[in-house]
Amino acid sequence: MNPRAILLLLLLSLVSLASLMLALYAGSIHITWSEILASFYSDRQSMSQTLVQELRLPRALGAFITGGLLALAGALLQVLLRNPLADPYVLGVSGGAAVAALLAIMTGASALIISGSAFIGALCSMLLVFGIAHGQGSWTPTRLLLTGIVLAAGWGAMISFILTISPEQTLRSMLFWLMGDLGYVQSTSAGFFILLLGLLLSLPLARSLNILTQGELQAASLGIETRRLRIMVYLLASMLTAAAVTMAGSVGFVGLVVPHLIRMLGFSDNRILLPAAVLFGGSLLILADTLARTVIAPQQLPVGVISAAIGVPLFLFLLYRGQVHRL
Amino acid sequence: MSILLETKKLCVTIAEKTICQDLDLPIHTGQIWAILGMNGVGKTTLLHTLAGLRNPHAGSIELIGSDITQLSKRQIARILGLLLQDQEDAFPGTVMQTVLTGRHPHMSNWQWETDTDINIATAALDFVEMAGFAERSILNLSGGERRRVALATLFCQQPELFLLDEPTNHLDLRYQHRLLDGISTQLKKENKAAIMIMHDVNLAMRYCDHALLLFSDGSFQQGSCREVINTENLTRLYDYPMHSLKENKLEIFIPG
Repeated sequence: MNPRAILLLLLLSLVSLASLMLALYAGSIHITWSEILASFYSDRQSMSQTLVQELRLPRALGAFITGGLLALAGALLQVLLRNPLADPYVLGVSGGAAVAALLAIMTGASALIISGSAFIGALCSMLLVFGIAHGQGSWTPTRLLLTGIVLAAGWGAMISFILTISPEQTLRSMLFWLMGDLGYVQSTSAGFFILLLGLLLSLPLARSLNILTQGELQAASLGIETRRLRIMVYLLASMLTAAAVTMAGSVGFVGLVVPHLIRMLGFSDNRILLPAAVLFGGSLLILADTLARTVIAPQQLPVGVISAAIGVPLFLFLLYRGQVHRL
Repeated sequence: MSILLETKKLCVTIAEKTICQDLDLPIHTGQIWAILGMNGVGKTTLLHTLAGLRNPHAGSIELIGSDITQLSKRQIARILGLLLQDQEDAFPGTVMQTVLTGRHPHMSNWQWETDTDINIATAALDFVEMAGFAERSILNLSGGERRRVALATLFCQQPELFLLDEPTNHLDLRYQHRLLDGISTQLKKENKAAIMIMHDVNLAMRYCDHALLLFSDGSFQQGSCREVINTENLTRLYDYPMHSLKENKLEIFIPG
């Protein structure tokens, strides 16, 4: 590993820590640094301890994990589809999760079952995209992307349909699945486990992924079992995306923009890009969520609003500058 | 001289079209073969079949004595390397990174490139006269430069058998001769072998010692260049009248 790469990972780790601390500090109720520190050590129950330990910390961790999951999934999908436009949401995964969750809410299921069905919905949606796109021939990136976009439109119509026929009182909980909100993160351990597992499983594939970007034939001629690699990457990306959607609903643009920003910094080697994307995506979403909580406090915004507000102009700017290749 | 690759009763078809039938082709160390034929006759498909990238319709391919279907992709990649007709790059990367991908079949999953790998890659870049380009982005190279990087990647892979799909694509006259000369000299010195798809008969005559002619009716002829490359065969091969000019033992073929 070259020194520049080590420096990047070190720097991003520091940024992640700093944004986590900022997320604990910032909010509509002022807490001092010493109170934050004390909340980790003292057993005494206090208002500031409850606020830090039970509200701000889980939410910040949830934001980091969601951002990390999405950025990693985005980086993997971009290699898999050999297309810089690939992103978990462009492929309609969040739509599938939302439809499954909405159906569960309609039947009055418990929160756990709603999360579970969102996870399964996301997985099924990916399966559907790849199954249909495979068809009789083989996966071509263009066909995959088009299939994903068309399915996403289909999910959108189903969501509108469900929202129309649903009773008024369920609408609010349904909206969560449509706009990406970290205000409802309950447990972060499952997401953290999936993120860690995803990173550990994808790192040994990273060098093969570098070669896969040069085409399937080139990869095969350099000794890579391309079929097995693609199926593994697809399963990994599906799992990561499903976990992110289940935690936070639809948070767009992290998966699309983060890998590009790292490539623009000159790190296209997936062995560095993948861990860097996790750290970068994680801290970006912590910062976005902190903004979402504070910008018009005490009113809270869904984080999806902020991530889109950052992501859309950034991506358009990149496109305008011609930094996103081969579009 | 030993046999690196041998096809036995090989039959290759694509979409109902027979490219060759009952092809018995032994490739010995030190040999350089040219595959000649018209557009769409199936030269690339045959080359990919020899590389183990697609299954033959019938017959078998043996790589140093083992059936190629019994070998893993990784084992194959340590013995034979393939230069594709075109290079596709979806994302940015440096020239050095790209050349180092040639080391992939020699490395384990968690391993990073060592100084030895980097030295091999540097030598490969030197070989294609791209020494100063190591840190350049592959997306900013000209067609010929990108082609030379692909050749360097192949040399970095250090296979025993080189399969080259139109190696002179995008190369100017100087590099066509410099690189073909370099390849044939080095392969003969290291007792390796190559099979290359060529469109220029005269380049094939100059740098290859054997030739496989694929005719559009599915038949073929193989043998040393002197035996099989003549005006009669070439006229039939390209469905175009061909003549030859002789001067001091050197024979040049020109379209009539």
